[in-house]
Amino acid sequence: MRTFGLRGFAIALTIAVGTTAPALAGPTLDKIKQAGAVTCGVPTGVPGFAQPDNQGKYAGFDVDICRAFSAAIFGNPDKVKYVPLTAQQRFTALQSGEVDVLSNNTTWTLQRDTQLGFNFGPVVFYDGQGFLVPKKLGVKTGKDLNGATICVQPGTTTELNLADYFRGNKMDFKPVVIEKIDEVYAAFFSGRCDVMTGDSSALAAQRVGRAPNPDDYVVLPERISKEPLAPVVRHGDEEWHDIVDWVVYAMMEAEEKGITQKNVDEMAKSDAPDIKRMLGTTPGMGKALNLDEKWAYNAIKLVGNYGEIFDKHLGLGSPLKLERGYNNLWTKGGLIYAMPIR
Amino acid sequence: MAAETADVLRPKRPPPWNDPKVRGIVYQVLFVGIVVALGWFLVQNTLTNLQRQNIASGFGFLHREAAFSIGEALIPYSPADTYFRAFLVGLTNTLYVAALGIVFATILGTVMGLARLSSNWLIRKLAQVYVETFRNIPLLLQLFFWWGLLRGSAPAPRQAWQPLPDVFVSNRGVVFPVPEASPAYAWMFLAFALGAVASWAIWQWARARQARTGRQFPSGWVGLGLIVGLPLLVFLGFGAPLKMDVPELRGFNFSGGTAFSPEFAALLLGLVVYSGSFIAEIVRAGILAVSWGQSEAAMALGLSNGQRMRLVVLPQALRVIVPPMTSQYLGITKNSSLAVAIGYPDLVSIANTTMNQTGQAIEGISMIMAVYLAISLLISLFMNLYNRAVALVER
Repeated sequence: MRTFGLRGFAIALTIAVGTTAPALAGPTLDKIKQAGAVTCGVPTGVPGFAQPDNQGKYAGFDVDICRAFSAAIFGNPDKVKYVPLTAQQRFTALQSGEVDVLSNNTTWTLQRDTQLGFNFGPVVFYDGQGFLVPKKLGVKTGKDLNGATICVQPGTTTELNLADYFRGNKMDFKPVVIEKIDEVYAAFFSGRCDVMTGDSSALAAQRVGRAPNPDDYVVLPERISKEPLAPVVRHGDEEWHDIVDWVVYAMMEAEEKGITQKNVDEMAKSDAPDIKRMLGTTPGMGKALNLDEKWAYNAIKLVGNYGEIFDKHLGLGSPLKLERGYNNLWTKGGLIYAMPIR
Repeated sequence: MAAETADVLRPKRPPPWNDPKVRGIVYQVLFVGIVVALGWFLVQNTLTNLQRQNIASGFGFLHREAAFSIGEALIPYSPADTYFRAFLVGLTNTLYVAALGIVFATILGTVMGLARLSSNWLIRKLAQVYVETFRNIPLLLQLFFWWGLLRGSAPAPRQAWQPLPDVFVSNRGVVFPVPEASPAYAWMFLAFALGAVASWAIWQWARARQARTGRQFPSGWVGLGLIVGLPLLVFLGFGAPLKMDVPELRGFNFSGGTAFSPEFAALLLGLVVYSGSFIAEIVRAGILAVSWGQSEAAMALGLSNGQRMRLVVLPQALRVIVPPMTSQYLGITKNSSLAVAIGYPDLVSIANTTMNQTGQAIEGISMIMAVYLAISLLISLFMNLYNRAVALVER
């Protein structure tokens, strides 16, 4: 014991420091092509967004975003390596190069965009923070929650918004902070907390997915924050950032133009110049992105357009039955707006 | 003559490449050189990588507003405080649970260790079952077990159990009344310290006198009187200020009094029960290490059972017990970091949150490591000092 002095500590420290940040090899796209797979950081289990199905295959909205990247790069949606990450693990995993992209319900904030060394892709889901409460508590709004015990996941904007909201309204609360999604919801549903807080879409999902009896619980209508969820990449590789941006835009544009998984083959033969450009019938766009000219065609054909994956995993075709709301196309009163592909 | 023969017999110095002394020095210099070079490379590599990716570094973040709240804090804290303050809250929480864990694990372990040596078959077997069960189940599972039990079996606050007047047990934790702050308590603590010092002095004097004259002095009773009596006198002198801060159900939860959360209780219980099983074995081994002949000799001298234990067996057993006990205490302190899993806001949990909000993982991890290292070195320093005090004095 006595010989293990300061010097021993310094050595231990530098070793640990070194292993947290291995050197990165070249631009991300080359690495992905070499590895033959997109390494994608997804949540550890949020129904509708990312959850292993009964065959152990990941499925969900976040997962389909990853599959679209894979389809655009490889012409095959299944060349994805999923790395399930908790809210706390995800940023280190991206910083250190363990994953190429996070599709992990990550809120776009200034600090993350700058100090953490990240760039955000297009917002794929406009969310807001809400409260999930048992109906028998008789609570109508967040303002009734003074003194409540609230379950929350650490390392999220949720945790900060919660503190801000109660400070702003001069109320008190007791946080119970647990990292694993499973544990934090188990704590809430066993009555350890009065309230569970999180992105309202996730709360709706967990209410259906985990509550012993979903009808005993309700998501309060109030939203206490803006949570624009977007895929995340590292600073310093603009080529890869562009690919992430435009694959997502292509899926949104496809919905706007009425291109679906089913009719994409006919649409590719259409006379509209913008559709021909996007689907690679007229070459140029793929080359600009350093991808195959069929990039958008493949993403739509093999995964679907934005509206289709929304409906399949979150919307009326899913157990969650979320309304499109803000996540509708701009032409239908929502906020989903793709940049022009030309 | 004799000197000459000695000169002839003394072997010649070998050439330096065959000299074990020189070789030893060369190897050590080489080894340290490699380690330093490796360390330098790792640090440089990290710094370059961080810079290339525009990730902020340095400890400046400690002075920024933390903006997250913490469930349990021993020192005043609000989200408007700095990250440094939040870190201190985590540190005090860790020290708190580790200190209580060490005390209770020692008590439980000693009792169980003695019980394993009991002449009563039932007691002996029960202690054995305890040791074999809890020593062989991973601590993390035990923590989940206790936490699930406390969380799941206790009622909601509005239906809280009330085992004692004004003590409430619910799934929010155990809430109990505490005396309201009063200047008397500071003075009582001072009186307690004074009593402790005085009884130590009396004990020293009584020992010296017994060694000189053989006459005994009831220093134990006098010491107890001083340690308990002095604070009691102060308490009465202040007019017995016994106003209690009683918990009351208000809205969602109890306010007033002091509470142990289920997370804290589960962590403490898990640490105590788990480490207690190891300590029981250490105590048992220590006592069995003192040969039975020592006890027989003590009985032959006419010492009572208590005296035999206190004067003959324990001083020798402690020599065996103290070194492994140090490891157990270090283990309790370090294992308290498993709190992360069940949501007790210890040092690691708060540092994790900080790292996530600021993105400065390297700084956070080095702070955690430095703190645990410092705590562990302090514990082993004190235990080594104590070990020296009980070690065999060779004459």
